[in-house]
Amino acid sequence: MTEPILRVDSIETFYGPIQAIRGVSLDVDRGQIVTVLGANGAGKTSVLRTVSGVLDPERGRVLFEGRDIARMPPDQVMRLGMCHVPEGREIFPFLTVRENLNMGAYTRRDPAGVTRDIELCFEYFPRLKERESQRAGLLSGGEQQMLAIGRALMGNPRLLLLDEPSLGLSPLLVQQIFGIIRRINREQNVSILLVEQNAHLALQTADFGYVLEVGRVVASGDCETLLRRADIQEFYLGQKEAGARGTRRWKKKRLWN
Amino acid sequence: MHDAARILQLIVNGAASGCIYGLIALGFVLIYKATEMVNFAQGDVMMLGGFAAFTLIAHFHLPYWVGGILAIVITAALGYALDALIIRRVIGQPQFAVVMLTLGLGFIFRAGAGIAWGYDSVGFETPFTNKTIDIGGLILGEDSVSIIAGTVLLCGVLYLFFSRTRVGVAMQAASQNQLAAYYMGIPVRTIFSLIWAISAGVACLAGILLSPISMIDVNMGSLGIKAFAAAVIGGFGSIPGSVIGGVIVGIVEQFAGYKLPAGFQEVSSNIVLLLMLFVRPQGLFAERMGKRV
Repeated sequence: MTEPILRVDSIETFYGPIQAIRGVSLDVDRGQIVTVLGANGAGKTSVLRTVSGVLDPERGRVLFEGRDIARMPPDQVMRLGMCHVPEGREIFPFLTVRENLNMGAYTRRDPAGVTRDIELCFEYFPRLKERESQRAGLLSGGEQQMLAIGRALMGNPRLLLLDEPSLGLSPLLVQQIFGIIRRINREQNVSILLVEQNAHLALQTADFGYVLEVGRVVASGDCETLLRRADIQEFYLGQKEAGARGTRRWKKKRLWN
Repeated sequence: MHDAARILQLIVNGAASGCIYGLIALGFVLIYKATEMVNFAQGDVMMLGGFAAFTLIAHFHLPYWVGGILAIVITAALGYALDALIIRRVIGQPQFAVVMLTLGLGFIFRAGAGIAWGYDSVGFETPFTNKTIDIGGLILGEDSVSIIAGTVLLCGVLYLFFSRTRVGVAMQAASQNQLAAYYMGIPVRTIFSLIWAISAGVACLAGILLSPISMIDVNMGSLGIKAFAAAVIGGFGSIPGSVIGGVIVGIVEQFAGYKLPAGFQEVSSNIVLLLMLFVRPQGLFAERMGKRV
């Protein structure tokens, strides 16, 4: 087995006096989609922020392709080949769609490659092509999410960090965007670390999953196993009602008739 | 006829001094948009730029254009160093710390300039001093015309820079969303220092353009107060707004000096500012969208 593209080794991260991450370790192998699940405040976003360098961990290591990047500023981490699509999209509202994409390629020095990759982005997200010269702040939420993902792709990453790409989007759009995330993973051979509240969708998309609770990993495994686990089904997939009890009620009804 | 010519004359003179306010205001706005800091030493940076040009042109006998460009480069370098060495350290501190810091720097600049160049007013020969230009029977001072032309030219150059060049667009990006700019691999700190450099360079240009109509002295930085009014009138955050705000202040000042009793000229900029805050507190060119969308 080759070394993982990203290894997070027992990191502990604080916001001032408050500890957000209490010793999280996780691996992302090359070509994999790995998802981090958890409720609000479990520390999912903090893990991503620590990986991309916005937060510095108090303890622990973050190894990207074998190199410790735990205390590197985010712009340098990006130059190593890791792009972060932040929660809430964070596009540049007064720049046009194309300018936003160009900013994603800020560190690159190959204009021909940048032009080609913009076309690739437009192929993944045809809606962006239609709005190419519009101000990004005028796009809908879904289009902004597409733009944020496209912009990150422009940096030619080997690892993509995705923070809640489904946030605030319609179910149809979410399906679309997750389809494209899978395509990007396959076609561009980009490894992906995906943070998501929609556990069902995330487990269907990813290869391997970690479950976070109050800053700790409480479960991990490949996604098929996680999908079948009773406790995960109950707490994160909300399937208890549809289980044994639901059947019983249905039988009762039948008897009463 | 005489009256119409007089009014036109006042407008041109007002627009000229207004352009100077506008250029200083532009420096305020550039820095504020990027870093949400207000540099109260902006007027004093202009004063230092003026003295730098004076030294190069009057002492070292460099040609006007060479000395002027060199002075702009030197002042821009000073602006860069100011941010990289001092201002950067107060990022994340309360706004008040920044206000005190830049006010303090202004005092230091004035005292330093007093020690280096003395407290007397100085000036240097420019190609525009004491010359007139005849536009269809209207006699204008070349000094005023040169200020207006220089300002328009600079605005054009800045517009092209911010909209067409990679670094310029990155400056816009870093101003709009600092965190996202970091995620794009944009070296945000260097970009901010470059913005300080640009606004110092613009201030120096203002000092050089001003020199045919006003002497350079240690206290010329007090123009910064009027420029601040111009920036607020323009919407504090709008680059064209700051120049237009400056021109408004300049023209109102000229007319106040001509029509109203003595003393009104000096306070007229503040009266315009107050009226603006009553009528349209967001300024003339306030951006319609919030910073975060």
